[in-house]
Amino acid sequence: MANKNNGVRVLVGTRKGAFILTSDGKREKWDVSGPHFAGWEIYHLKGSPVDPNRLYASQSSGWFGQLIQRSNDGGKTWEPVDNKFVYDGVPGTHQWYDGTPHPWEFKRVWHIEPSLTDPDTVYAGIEDAALFRSTDGGKSWGELSGLRGHGSGPRWQPGAGGMCLHTILLDPSVPGRIFIAISAAGAFRSDDAGATWRPINQGLRSEHIPDPTAEVGHCVHRLAMHPSRPGVLFMQKHWDVMRSDNAGDSWREVSGNLPTDFGFVIDVHAHEPETIYVVPIKSDSEHFPLDGKLRVYRSRTGGNDWEPLTKGLPQSDCYVNVLRDAMAVDSLDSCGIYFGTTGGQVYASADAGDNWAPIVRDLPPVLSVEVQTLS
Amino acid sequence: MIRVVLPAHLRNLAKANGEVTVEVAGKATIGSVLDALEATYPMLQGTIRDHVSKQRRPFVRFFACAEDLSHDSADAPLPDAIASGTEPFLIVGAIAGG
Repeated sequence: MANKNNGVRVLVGTRKGAFILTSDGKREKWDVSGPHFAGWEIYHLKGSPVDPNRLYASQSSGWFGQLIQRSNDGGKTWEPVDNKFVYDGVPGTHQWYDGTPHPWEFKRVWHIEPSLTDPDTVYAGIEDAALFRSTDGGKSWGELSGLRGHGSGPRWQPGAGGMCLHTILLDPSVPGRIFIAISAAGAFRSDDAGATWRPINQGLRSEHIPDPTAEVGHCVHRLAMHPSRPGVLFMQKHWDVMRSDNAGDSWREVSGNLPTDFGFVIDVHAHEPETIYVVPIKSDSEHFPLDGKLRVYRSRTGGNDWEPLTKGLPQSDCYVNVLRDAMAVDSLDSCGIYFGTTGGQVYASADAGDNWAPIVRDLPPVLSVEVQTLS
Repeated sequence: MIRVVLPAHLRNLAKANGEVTVEVAGKATIGSVLDALEATYPMLQGTIRDHVSKQRRPFVRFFACAEDLSHDSADAPLPDAIASGTEPFLIVGAIAGG
C-alpha cells in the first residue's frame, strides 16, 4: 500500500529541453512540467540526495556551448551557475578515431553527480573525458586532473558518441572512493577522493581493440551499484554484461541467456541488490531492440539468469534506443523502474518491472532519466 | 550606447526582451562590445566566445550594417553607425539544422 505522502519526481533530459514528471506513491497519474530550457540539449539533470530541492542540470547546444543550471526549489525556478570547464595545466592529447594524437578539447557535460553528503558539492563528467568538481554549488569548477594524468590518458579514444566520462558512482561506505567510466577507455577507481586513479578493467574482453584484454581502451557504457553493497559493481559494456565482486579489481561476464548482450543501460533494484535490469539492443551497428520488441531483462541472481519483461511495452515494430543515462529506479516500497527512449517515451513500472506503462510518449529523444523519491 | 541583438536562446538566457544595450568605454570593437555584454549579462560568458581563448564559437556569427564581421579582428573598430547606436550589432546563430 503506497503511503499517500510519498511521491516521485522524474527528471528527464532530452535533445530539446528538460521535463519534470511528478506523481504520488501510486505512480499512476503524472503531472508533466516543461520543456525547461526549451530547444537546448539537456544531457543530464540530477538532484542532491541530501536536499531534494537542489537540482543541477547540464544544458548545452552546438551553437552556444555549455551551461550549468541550478535549482533550489525542485525545478520550479533555475539559475545559471559557472560554465567554465578548463582543463588543469596543459591538456595534452588522447587518441583520435584513427589512432593519431588529438588534443583534449572540452565539448559538453554528460553527467552530473551530486555529493551524497553536501548539496553544494557536485561532480561533472565531461567530454573530452575528465572529471570536474564544484564545492560551492556550481559557482566554480576545478578538474580532478589525477584521472587524466595518471598515465593511460594518451591511450584513451572516443567511442561513437564522443570521448565522454558518463558514469560517476560515489561509494557510500568507503570514504573517498569514486568509480567512473569513460567511452572508450574503461572503468577507473579512486580511493582518495579523486586525487589519484587507476584503471579497473581486468577481466574485460573487447574484440574491437588491438589487444582485447588491454588495461584501457574498453568501451564501457554504464556502471551500476547498490548502495548497500558498493563493492559489487555491474557493467553494461559495448558488448557484454559484466560483474565485479571486489570493487572493480576483476570482472566476470554475466550475460548468460540474454538474447544479445549489447546495450547501454544497467541498473539495480532499490531493495534487492542481486536484482538487476538491462535493455538489450540488437548490435553496435543496429541500435534498436531485437526483432522490434522492446524488452527489459531482469536478473534476480545478479546476472546469468535473465527473464524478459514485456507487459505494457511495445512488442512489434519498435526501433528506439535506450541511451546510457536513461534508466533509473525509485526507492518506494514497491520499487519503481523507469527508462526513456530515443522515440520520446518514458516508461515506468511501479512493480519492479512486472508491468509497464508510458508516463509520457511524445517527448524529444530522451538522453537521461533520474528519479527522486520524495517523502 | 551600443545596441545588441541577441539570438533567441541567448535572449531567453539573459532574460532580455528585444534588443539589449551596453555602454563601451573607449573604442567600440567586437571585443569591447562582448566584454561589456558579458559584464552586464554574466550568464552569457562562454556562450558567444570561448572563456579562455576569446575565440568566437564556430556557429556564432557577427553582423553589422549589412556586413559579416565574423572574421574581423576583435580589436578592429566597429562602423560608426554601430558605435553611435544608429544600427544594432547582430549576434546570430548560424543556420545549421536542428
